[in-house]
Amino acid sequence: MNQYDVAIVGAGPAGMAAAIESARAGLSTIVLDEQPEPGGQIYRAVEAADALRLEILGKDYARGRDLAAEFRSSGAVYLSGATVVNVNPDLEIFYSKAGILTSFSAGALIVATGAIERSTPLPGWTLPGVVTVGACQIMLKANGRVPDNAVLVGSGPLLWLFAAQMIAADMQPRAIVETVPRSRYIAALAKLALNGAAIGYLRKGLQMMRTVRRAGLPVYRDATSISIRGNERAETLCFESGGGHHELPVELVALHQGVVPNQQITRLLRCQHIWNERQRCFAPVLDSYGETSVPGIYVAGDGGGIGGALAAELQGRLAGLRIAEKAGKSIASDPAAIRGELRREATIRPFLETLYAPSSQILAPADDTVVCRCEELTAGQIRAAIDLGAPGPNQVKSFIRPGMGPCQGRMCGLTTTEIIAASKGETPSLVDYYRIRPPLKPLQLGQLAAFSGEKSDRDTIEGGARG
Amino acid sequence: MSRTADLVIVGGGIQACSTALHARMRGLSVIVIEKDTVARHASGVNAGGVRRMNRDYAELALSQRSMEIWNRIETLLDDDCGFQRAPQIKVAETEAQLDEMRARVADLNSMGYDHEVVLDQTQLRALVPAVSPHLIGALASLDDGFALPYQTTFAFQRKARALGACFHEGLAVEAVRRQGADWQISCRGGETFTGRYLLNCTGAWAGKLARQLGENAPIEAVAPMMLVTARLPHFCNAVVGGPVGRPLSFKQMANGTVVIGGGRRGTPDPDTNVSEIRFEHLRLSAAAALAIFPIMAQATIVRSWSGLEGFTPDDLPILGRSSTAENAFYACGFSGHGFQLGPGVGEVMAELIATGSTSTPIEKMSIKRFN
Repeated sequence: MNQYDVAIVGAGPAGMAAAIESARAGLSTIVLDEQPEPGGQIYRAVEAADALRLEILGKDYARGRDLAAEFRSSGAVYLSGATVVNVNPDLEIFYSKAGILTSFSAGALIVATGAIERSTPLPGWTLPGVVTVGACQIMLKANGRVPDNAVLVGSGPLLWLFAAQMIAADMQPRAIVETVPRSRYIAALAKLALNGAAIGYLRKGLQMMRTVRRAGLPVYRDATSISIRGNERAETLCFESGGGHHELPVELVALHQGVVPNQQITRLLRCQHIWNERQRCFAPVLDSYGETSVPGIYVAGDGGGIGGALAAELQGRLAGLRIAEKAGKSIASDPAAIRGELRREATIRPFLETLYAPSSQILAPADDTVVCRCEELTAGQIRAAIDLGAPGPNQVKSFIRPGMGPCQGRMCGLTTTEIIAASKGETPSLVDYYRIRPPLKPLQLGQLAAFSGEKSDRDTIEGGARG
Repeated sequence: MSRTADLVIVGGGIQACSTALHARMRGLSVIVIEKDTVARHASGVNAGGVRRMNRDYAELALSQRSMEIWNRIETLLDDDCGFQRAPQIKVAETEAQLDEMRARVADLNSMGYDHEVVLDQTQLRALVPAVSPHLIGALASLDDGFALPYQTTFAFQRKARALGACFHEGLAVEAVRRQGADWQISCRGGETFTGRYLLNCTGAWAGKLARQLGENAPIEAVAPMMLVTARLPHFCNAVVGGPVGRPLSFKQMANGTVVIGGGRRGTPDPDTNVSEIRFEHLRLSAAAALAIFPIMAQATIVRSWSGLEGFTPDDLPILGRSSTAENAFYACGFSGHGFQLGPGVGEVMAELIATGSTSTPIEKMSIKRFN
């Protein structure tokens, strides 16, 4: 017997919205999340944020408070600090919390694990003093701290949003080095379809850029040939821009090239995935409610393809409603209306995806650039394995071990697929991706050894949720 | 590409690639047909043990012959295969276990083998200081080791191909039939091949091909599971096996990661080519590892894996001629310990096929035992 009707992994906008709908419909619902508070990355620590932090982070962030409050009172069991380490095909879910491994079973699973930042392999990216923009923003949300004197490098709305937030926090970045080629603006404008939602996003974008301009920080556009140099740590950022070579002394470099779906759980469960050429990543194949090719397994939010926080919330609602509907429960909202909202939300995506497509330098790293940080393997070593005849990512992995370290392939997976596809002249879709095996996150051997092997009863789990 | 060869090998694991190489070295033309890719299953995903220790007596001569090749593997394949010499040891928790080990070593000595020795507690702890103090000794084969399975199998394929063996990957064999003095091999999609000799190296899938030859190869698909930890400082230079009741194989790789396997099985599905990890059973491997190496409690597991392997009822491989069909041969059913045998199996099978006999005794592994 299943202990819960619905299990949801992730308490970001998608996971919270899904839980609200499924619990409201009367299904026993449990949400597991690694963080101590609900919100995901986008609304991280939103419940605890004081007025100053809310002002710095803006209205879009503050919005998460209402959602978190609704989620808290939804009746769903909320397990914070719980890391899901395995899900088996019978939908038995294994998680680690406070050093103890526990399992339970669910009737349906909603994967709401969101996005991860795209890996940015370029010369020097593994040096101390190089971080990601997302990590810096998390630090701001969670601890109210921002790095001093950072140089933001890359492409994507987050680069501008974070710059504007740093300026609002009176800790303005040293410079922005943007990799968007000029030609992309024309290509992107051709994809621009306007509606209320799209105009809202454009207005926000222009506002962020205006904030940056008013602050007077240098913006280098159309940057190419980026490298970070230094002995012990990042010291100099080198790049070409505006027809000239630049070398900026740096203390902290924050890299960003957009975000991609976190596909670990759907890969583990062998859900079908397809290559999204516009977003240059894999995403699970979903029906209009977010159900994957494996019955009973749903994806809501950026884990199903990048759509942003509002889309994630709508997708969460749809998945929660669908499971309730299938269970014969009456539902209060109209899925067709939600899908209409989703379509409006998506209007801006073709424009953003064209404008902020990842730079070619990181999609096809130079031979001596490290791709797999854990095992310290370069793009050249991967190409050499292909030249020797390794047919795909799993054979390259078996042969020279990229993706075998503590990050479990999250960092190098897409790059490895891209490199193999380019080397063999095949599509990334055909090349495919690493097979994912448990544990989904590193797990102490002692914890596994102490696992009872029995599914826990609900009282035990919910006692843990209170504690 | 040629559709006719002296020898057609079905399957593309280490036994097939090694036989292809050795058959080429004897001048036979060779075609290998693999339904997936070379080393896709057991040969690419096993634990990589190069172990003579504690083998069934029936396999000893073959294992020794194989070890001679392992000792010159880089010269043979132009690739070091990640082969590292390391003691293989099997620890003992009780006097009774140690007595059995002593009896085995006496047996081996009387047969002329001296590769295995019994270690007392002091010798064991000198060799592997991190083992639990409750262990009282071990059986050891000090000149064994381990290698990287995928790299090794891939190296056999490359060398065999360089010497002219022809590999067809992604091609599934559907039917084999006699046509005059030859074998005709038909594949899905209509491609056919012709060979004087036929060798079944299809591992977990070998039973189906055997039935077409009118005989019984009772091979069950099994999915042994393994765990891998994050890198740790070097603390173990031996491949350590658990005592009776605590199935375990434990080794630290050159990069510091520890590979833990031994006895725990996932769910195999040979029809769809996949195996499912039974996560709840991995705890038994974790517990066995902790019982032998208490310092592992804080180590973090980053991965598990399993692959499909073919097991026989008596855990001995099926090796040699068909008992029913002329010029058909088997090298399958290695029951989870075929990796070390790979180089030797290739040499022995090539010798048997090319000359009609082999100097290494393999009769006890004949398929006849199941008829």
